[in-house]
Amino acid sequence: MVYAYIAVMAVVTYLIRVIPLTVFHRKIENQYVRSFLYYVPYTCLTAMTFPAILYTTGNLWSALAGVAAAAVLAFQNKSLVTVAAAACLAVFVAEQVLIYL
Amino acid sequence: MVKQEIQYGFRDGIPIALGYFSVSFSFGIMAVSGGLSVFQAALTSLTNVTSAGQFAGLQIIIAAGTFLEMAVTQFIINLRYALMSLSLSQKLSEEVTMRQRLLIAFANTDEIFAVAMSHGKELTFPYMAGLQVLPILGWTFGTACGAAAGSILPATVNNALSVALYGMFMAVVIPAAKKARPVLTVVILAAVMSCLLYYIPAFAGISAGVSIIVCTVAASAAGAVLLPVSEDMSD
Repeated sequence: MVYAYIAVMAVVTYLIRVIPLTVFHRKIENQYVRSFLYYVPYTCLTAMTFPAILYTTGNLWSALAGVAAAAVLAFQNKSLVTVAAAACLAVFVAEQVLIYL
Repeated sequence: MVKQEIQYGFRDGIPIALGYFSVSFSFGIMAVSGGLSVFQAALTSLTNVTSAGQFAGLQIIIAAGTFLEMAVTQFIINLRYALMSLSLSQKLSEEVTMRQRLLIAFANTDEIFAVAMSHGKELTFPYMAGLQVLPILGWTFGTACGAAAGSILPATVNNALSVALYGMFMAVVIPAAKKARPVLTVVILAAVMSCLLYYIPAFAGISAGVSIIVCTVAASAAGAVLLPVSEDMSD
């Protein structure tokens, strides 16, 4: 069953990538379609992150520490890896501190 | 010539591969805690090579969603790749054959696309092949290592690593929202809708996958109608 899910994911994802590269490689002119596609990565990543990130760690407070660390470093245009690492570190430190509160 | 192009590709792929290794490590942890085997987690990464799509897909597998839900979610979330492939195809050298295009399409990720488009010259197949190999390996082995380690690591470490992927998402969204006001607007809209669907009891029956689709499509469509972007911005 899991393999069937993986197959569906892989096939759909590949078709999306391969069709524009092979079958019809002409430019999309419609401004609304272009705008929609331009916004999709940002709205999608946001919808996946909030509120799910708040419930992925041991407790709400450590998750908020992770969000804060990621937000500050992302705002400073730090690289993806730096921001991800800082979020992890903030969660870890927060959970260690919370033990003693 | 061919050898040099491959080497340039490898060189440009190394930082992407390192980043992928660390981020996919947390995907591996999540996949195993969701019930997948180490092999299944690694296979997902090898065959998909996409963070957001796999992550949403994992939630659907865990929730035992339908195949239609899976297909639609992947379609919506990964639709941006169609735009990227379209742009990429305009920059490929004329010597690239159809068979080579079929291979290049496989790992046209956000990061590989970004690096390829910032490459000064026409894109050759050897360069693209070199560029993609290490990130694919990094993404797959990172997942396998995370999946294998996830069951051994203490809970506090797993908790900490589980935010890595979200942190990476924020690293993509926040600089873009800072730079362009319309992006900030649609992103806030998506976050508010996502929270409403999550917290309002009447929507409790809506699965994570459906919620992601609804929020993505509604916020992006609202943005396209109310705040259409100019030609140069969406390139």
